[in-house]
Amino acid sequence: MEDCILIKNINKSFPLQDKELTILHDITFSIRQGEFFCIFGPSGCGKTTLLRIIAGLETASSGEIIISQTPKDRPVNSMVFQEQSVFPWMTVLDNVSYGLRMRGIKKAARNKLAAHYIDMIGLTKFTNAYPNQLSGGMKQRVSVARALCNDPEILLMDEPFGALDEQNRLILQQELLKIWENLHKTTVFITHSIDECLCLGDRVMIMTAHPGTIKTIINIDLPRPRDIATIRTTIGYNELYQKVWLSLKDEVQRRTDS
Amino acid sequence: MTKQAKQKLIIRTLSVLSPLTLLILWELLARLHAIDVRLLSSPSMIVKTLIPLLLSGDLLYNTWISVQRVLWGFIAGSIPGILLGIAMGLSPFIRSAVEPMINATYPIPKLALMPLILLIFGIGETSKIFTIAIGVFYLVVINTMAGVLNIDKIYLDVAKNFRASRTNFYLTVALPGALPMIFAGLKLGMGMALILIVAAELSAAKAGVGWMIWRAYDMFDIEQMFVALITLSVLGYLFSLVLDLVERWVLPWKQTR
Repeated sequence: MEDCILIKNINKSFPLQDKELTILHDITFSIRQGEFFCIFGPSGCGKTTLLRIIAGLETASSGEIIISQTPKDRPVNSMVFQEQSVFPWMTVLDNVSYGLRMRGIKKAARNKLAAHYIDMIGLTKFTNAYPNQLSGGMKQRVSVARALCNDPEILLMDEPFGALDEQNRLILQQELLKIWENLHKTTVFITHSIDECLCLGDRVMIMTAHPGTIKTIINIDLPRPRDIATIRTTIGYNELYQKVWLSLKDEVQRRTDS
Repeated sequence: MTKQAKQKLIIRTLSVLSPLTLLILWELLARLHAIDVRLLSSPSMIVKTLIPLLLSGDLLYNTWISVQRVLWGFIAGSIPGILLGIAMGLSPFIRSAVEPMINATYPIPKLALMPLILLIFGIGETSKIFTIAIGVFYLVVINTMAGVLNIDKIYLDVAKNFRASRTNFYLTVALPGALPMIFAGLKLGMGMALILIVAAELSAAKAGVGWMIWRAYDMFDIEQMFVALITLSVLGYLFSLVLDLVERWVLPWKQTR
């Protein structure tokens, strides 16, 4: 499979007092077309900054990002944010169709498309509801649908389920898994949960902190379609869990010792 | 009846009963000559004055004059207030250029400007409308700016991520995001408008509720003064009722819970 995103020698730093604080140091990797790519690391490793640079919300100090677009008129990326980011002043329908509206697509056409994605996340009954009538989990589903409905080249997700409770997280992981296994959209997913990487990802990139660098990239060759309920008993799950944990453990210990 | 329903009933009767008691007490004290009716009047005397004023159309005419002044002043103050407030909230350049002037002139009591306004605009309608407009403007501009500045940064990121154009950004994020605070400003502005109408009608007015109060003062007609005061209270109530209705219509996402 060909590369969809090529990230070359990304550095990010900003001045702090009279020193230069390096957040990301020489980050180079590539993500394949249709891949579910997880970025995993301790807090402070710059993973959110890296995602925001890919999203174009921040600029890198140096380096370049090449994203191949097919077709050309498609938006490059859409992001699902970590915190509550659904517009409270718009209905579920208007939130989900927001990207299409910004692209100047006519109301009838965008509502039809949005209805499809609202159905996909199981919120058809709430199409005309405002976010304050929805639970935290439902709002995050709207956020996922808003990004998917824009049909971007790559889907960026910044710990989208991090703020949810355990049950909601499991349900949303299962739903995302199902949706993704149907669409196979190139996805970059940030998380601080090993389990989440193994459940969802094709590969996981482990980062170290201060400054953020790539420690290693591990293949998650667990069979698909996956099921959140049974994946932990799949052969290979425990070995992978250990592999990820061991490569991170040194890092965390090194930091607490110093 | 459940304990809760009982408590609800008591609370409701109490809120009707207490003003009623006060009115009865007022009337009683007046009849017993415990208070000076020449200064404090009595409910029955006020009603006796109210009815002819209402029937002759005098009261309605004066009310209508004041309502027009308040509305025009309100509109003339709030629209520039909203526009400038949004601009100040979004652009650090406009903010740093305008904010010092606003901060420096805001503490000036608007009543202190009345003589100057009269000199500039003369004794016609413009001076009254302008006085009200200025009072409303400050409250609206300050609240609108705060509303825009308080929009959660995440929504700006979302708009940027979805490539919102400048116009779309105003229409889909800045304005709706600031609307709750804009309404808070409008409500404060409406209160200010009612304060200023009375002052504006003190000098060089020939009609209006405020003018009624000052005429009653000149003629020592306490009952008419009370009638005008009651009218102002009813006006204030109606205005806030209308604003609440508009708010509910414009901000449906704030109501439904």
